[in-house]
Amino acid sequence: MAGKTLYDKLWEAHLVQNRDDGSALIYIDRHIVHEVTSPQAFEGLRLAGRPLWRADSILATPDHNVPTTLSERAKGVDGIEDSVSKIQVQTLDDNCDEFGVVEYKINDARQGIVHVIGPESGACLPGMTIVCGDSHTATNGALGALAHGIGTSEVEHVMATQCLVAKKMKNLLIKVDGTLGKGVSAKDVVLAIIAKIGTAGGTGFAMEFGGQVFRDMSMEGRMTVCNMAIEAGARAGMVAVDDKTIEYVKGRDFAPKGEQWDQAETYWRTLVSDDDAVFDKVVEINGSEILPQVSWGTSPEMVLPVNASVPEPQLESDPVKKSSIERALSYMGLQGGQAITDIKVDRVFIGSCTNSRIEDIRQAAEVAKGRKVADSVIQAMVVPGSGQVKAQAEAEGLDKILVEAGFEWREPGCSMCLAMNADKLGNGEHCASTSNRNFEGRQGYGGRTHLVSPAMAAAAAIAGHFVDVREF
Amino acid sequence: MKSFTQIDGLVAPMDRANVDTDMIIPKNFLKSIKRSGFGKNLFDELRYMDEGLPDQDCSHRPLNPDFPLNFPRYQDAQVLLARENFGCGSSREHAPWALDDYGFRCVIAPSFADIFYNNSFKNGLLPLILPAEVVDQLFAEMYANEGYRLHVDLAAQTVTTPSGESFSFEIDEFRKHCMLNGLDDIGLTLQEADAIRAFEEKAKQTTPWVFGMIKA
Repeated sequence: MAGKTLYDKLWEAHLVQNRDDGSALIYIDRHIVHEVTSPQAFEGLRLAGRPLWRADSILATPDHNVPTTLSERAKGVDGIEDSVSKIQVQTLDDNCDEFGVVEYKINDARQGIVHVIGPESGACLPGMTIVCGDSHTATNGALGALAHGIGTSEVEHVMATQCLVAKKMKNLLIKVDGTLGKGVSAKDVVLAIIAKIGTAGGTGFAMEFGGQVFRDMSMEGRMTVCNMAIEAGARAGMVAVDDKTIEYVKGRDFAPKGEQWDQAETYWRTLVSDDDAVFDKVVEINGSEILPQVSWGTSPEMVLPVNASVPEPQLESDPVKKSSIERALSYMGLQGGQAITDIKVDRVFIGSCTNSRIEDIRQAAEVAKGRKVADSVIQAMVVPGSGQVKAQAEAEGLDKILVEAGFEWREPGCSMCLAMNADKLGNGEHCASTSNRNFEGRQGYGGRTHLVSPAMAAAAAIAGHFVDVREF
Repeated sequence: MKSFTQIDGLVAPMDRANVDTDMIIPKNFLKSIKRSGFGKNLFDELRYMDEGLPDQDCSHRPLNPDFPLNFPRYQDAQVLLARENFGCGSSREHAPWALDDYGFRCVIAPSFADIFYNNSFKNGLLPLILPAEVVDQLFAEMYANEGYRLHVDLAAQTVTTPSGESFSFEIDEFRKHCMLNGLDDIGLTLQEADAIRAFEEKAKQTTPWVFGMIKA
């Protein structure tokens, strides 16, 4: 009999029972909750008179709507100037209080973006099933966990039953061997993967990232990669447990201690795909050939190496693809054949659940050190992913380096990744952004997003246009 | 949940691939704490010429004359005809809520993003997969015939054109059953509460660190 994949093992360990109709009931260990996708779920419970199945499975925090300026933030929920955002954050507080859910409130030192604080607090651990009403929940798969986004109806379902009705996905292995070149980061790796397989390449699959590049990668880097599994169509991305995973988890607030730690570590070390495991699909990429990446269009698959030129629609024979290239070029205000390095940037955003961890801030600061943001750049902001990342960065003096270079140093939250708070792009502005989606209007009405790594974003801020960070 | 048995609905086009959830319902409208009222902001940035605001009266906003849903011939459409990977992007259930609130009961496409597909079933909105060449044919027939309608029968798993041509589609048995009967998922799962408790008791032995760590 063939061996099992990591996903097979995680699935089997959480299978409550198979149903006759081909679906299955899967037990959920951890549920992370934020203000945007939970109010209707709490309301549903109230209307049906249903209690939470297990309140101690939930950790909540507001992140999407929170302001990131200190002046607005200092006054807590009351200080949120956008009245609609304020209601949503207040509603989360009220619901958590009513249902007895632990919440890191807006000015708690542990508050942050859900997918940053999950691993950071130890609330999310290897071997767990983890859900959140947010598609970037796959980030937690970096721990060797089965983590994925769900809709609000499923948020309510998990709150009431601690389970999800699911069907087993297929197994996809993304194998990246070789060694990454200087200046090439986890973000470039995942953008290159999406460029290769497309935004629907992983639909229906659980995606495991394997190979030397991921073995060599830090936990933060693995989180960046798993975070964007959904941009390749896969709900769940994951990396097998190894020494780095164990070291990362050890000592975190909600991680097991003492004897339980030993029991946990022994179990976690089994969370790897067996040598003879069979994947339904395998994609191999040579990591040594990956260059720094920049997205040019309005879908995360519209990505090219920094030394390339924007595609020319007349060279595309497929009519649906041709028209999508034309539409993207028109929205982005670009000419086919234009060099990526000729694209000027108006704003720079370093942050989001993809790239707001300490390693990301370090990479940005390394590039920014002793340099200045170009005069032509309206704004360059760095938004740490959590209160703890912020504190760590400040302890290392990274905030000073960035501020001296002309970057704004903000309070933690989702910020300009999706512009639900006050941080937005203006109409027609180009942004070098370390976030995960370059959809039309994502970062502000008419805004033009280019997805890049933190080092590439910092370099673009200084040059005023995209540059190859390897030559910077 | 609203049930879905069969409809005979006017068809409207969303003729592009990779329609994402930010396009279906932009983020400024996600601040609502309700499930309803999103229809007026469906495809907001494509549908209107100005930038939309939450809680705004949309009846006087300038409409984009080139956007098909604004054409008189597609008013009151119940079936949306779309391309590959419809609903990619975020997990926001506001996307199916907006489509449903606008009046759509069914989206037909060659493929859907996983989370959107799943969310649709929770809201009585049928995401229906047909082969790309069939979708091409339906687009062509729809463009050529004003008032083009499709008959969708969930029990029989068929889509029938005005000329009587019929296509069958696949759907998971459990999803079909819930949708036909408008069943409440949570109520169904709670019937298995004993099995969930038994699982939990076992898990407390094998993975005790999963339980009780996060306390108020």
